[in-house]
Amino acid sequence: MKHSSFFWFVLPSALLMLTFIAFPIVSVVTQSLYQEHEQVIIEVENCGPFGCTVSESVDQEATAALREAQPLGQWAGLEIYKDRNHLAFAEVGEAWTSSVSMRDFAGTLMNLPFYDAIAFTLTYTAIVTPLTIIFGFLIAIGVNAVARAMRGPTIFLSLLPMIVTPIVGALVLFWMVDARGVLGAGLQWLADDPNLSVKASTPLMWIMLMVYGIWSSAPFAFIVYYAGLQTVNTDTLEAAMIDGATRWQRIRYVVIPHLVPLTTFIALIQLMDNFRVFEPIVSFSAQAHARSLSFAIFNDLGGETRLLSSAAATSVLTIIGVAILLSPVLVRTWRDFGKAR
Amino acid sequence: MSKATRLSPTTKIVAYGFLGLWLIMAAFPFIWTLWGSFKVEGDFFSKANWANSLFGTLTITETGGSFTGDGYYGAWVQEEFWRAALNTFIVCVCVVTISLTCGTLGGYALSRSTYRYAFWFLLFALMFRAMPPLTLVSGYLLPFFEWNLWGHLSTTIIVLVAINQPFTLWMLHAFFKNIPKDLDESAMVDGCTRFQAFRHVIIPVMWPGVITTGLFSFLLAYNDFAVTTMLLSKENQTMVPKLVSFLGTTQTKGNVMFAVAAVVSITAPLFVMIIFFQKQIVSGLTAGAVKG
Repeated sequence: MKHSSFFWFVLPSALLMLTFIAFPIVSVVTQSLYQEHEQVIIEVENCGPFGCTVSESVDQEATAALREAQPLGQWAGLEIYKDRNHLAFAEVGEAWTSSVSMRDFAGTLMNLPFYDAIAFTLTYTAIVTPLTIIFGFLIAIGVNAVARAMRGPTIFLSLLPMIVTPIVGALVLFWMVDARGVLGAGLQWLADDPNLSVKASTPLMWIMLMVYGIWSSAPFAFIVYYAGLQTVNTDTLEAAMIDGATRWQRIRYVVIPHLVPLTTFIALIQLMDNFRVFEPIVSFSAQAHARSLSFAIFNDLGGETRLLSSAAATSVLTIIGVAILLSPVLVRTWRDFGKAR
Repeated sequence: MSKATRLSPTTKIVAYGFLGLWLIMAAFPFIWTLWGSFKVEGDFFSKANWANSLFGTLTITETGGSFTGDGYYGAWVQEEFWRAALNTFIVCVCVVTISLTCGTLGGYALSRSTYRYAFWFLLFALMFRAMPPLTLVSGYLLPFFEWNLWGHLSTTIIVLVAINQPFTLWMLHAFFKNIPKDLDESAMVDGCTRFQAFRHVIIPVMWPGVITTGLFSFLLAYNDFAVTTMLLSKENQTMVPKLVSFLGTTQTKGNVMFAVAAVVSITAPLFVMIIFFQKQIVSGLTAGAVKG
């Protein structure tokens, strides 16, 4: 394809992505280096019968004018990154010198909002991604084993948790595990503890969020694996069987190697999606127990005072996280493409 | 069925048992919520006995019948959920149309170019695909406030289209790769320009891929919460942020049932969509992995 026609064909897409994806990244980086203006304080002298007092008050007009003139705020350099809500260098340093053990240090670290968020996000990603893959694989093997007539309905029902709006899917589960819901009652009966409530317990909340994560993304892994299973070479399978391979050996040495490239693909998509985990936390109203990086940004942006700079700094740190997470995959893709051309 | 795939009875039982369990896990929550949405709150969240939500004990005493549409009435009429549904409809139609228009042009060019920059373009799109939407939203807010763009449906539509683009491009790129190059090249030998070849030769055969991609664009717009909740003003809210606002306001009023009714209303169109387009969804999910 000629350079000029390529240019015109991709122009709309490229413009859209530049304006609304590349530019916001620049904008976020800039914003994170500024902080909100302080209020303009004026001194007013009040003279009454008992002498004069000087009181300070906020000059609303001047503050508004200043904010109007410089909407970004005032230059702060890396201050926002260093404050307590982000990398918290001072607090971490202090904790390092004062903590008696690693455990103690980790405990202090988990009380800092940013480290708490990153701990949850990474744990979630690290646990949900492999379990999704394993679970999806098992469903695919199962569907492949049942009668052909049952496959259509199975796929139909399996698609539901994935297709449904994340907020909705999470809410539906959350209402069921509510202490007054059917699963909540079941849990209480199982644990023999009438006061057991998922809402009140941090570990249970983390587990529920991860269960939701696996429930909602296993169908994706399943569908991809199921399609892959249709293309396994039956001759190889039969040959393995004639050579005396058991069912497990056939899966281990014929089917799984065939599915490895698909696993890379699923892992890549799942890593990207799990790292941005956000909606279930809103649905479960789990902010007291679990916060992800995305939720931290959401929290800063929402509410009466929009903490744009704080949100921007968290965003920049999140983007760095995504870059680190994706770097092995990117390097690999780059090498593969290099070979192909 | 070939010999290699025949199963022993025990394996069969294990397979059926596991699948049955999974199907219950996948479908039961939705059936339960649909059933419960026609009850009163005291039954849906039953302190006394979970079986109340099955038989609707309180629903009978409170309303007279064992089913009630109060939740739906409250959500759709009283809280004006229909407005949100209308907004969602507008957003989805526009997002799908615009992303497919830009995406087909771009995806086609990317599948036909043999230069290295096409690969870099796709790699950048992949990196953009990985950006959590909220990090981007925090970049939009200030400029949108400054230029008075915040709160309008049109702004949200454009933002959703842009966030959608990387995915759309990758998917359509994979589909166009499967359309033989000879098709449009022979048209160009006959004197067509590149665009005429695209218009008269490629467009007539591209629909299966475009429909599949369109379904996923629709899902992204329909399911989005992060962008719509941050960028839309209250009166322009789409269904998902509206639902979340129910959770905040109605829990204090004791009307969680509005939210339950809204949840069912949001799920219903998706359900219909899977019934009609199951094949396309499955092929779309596997397109990137198996063919690419």
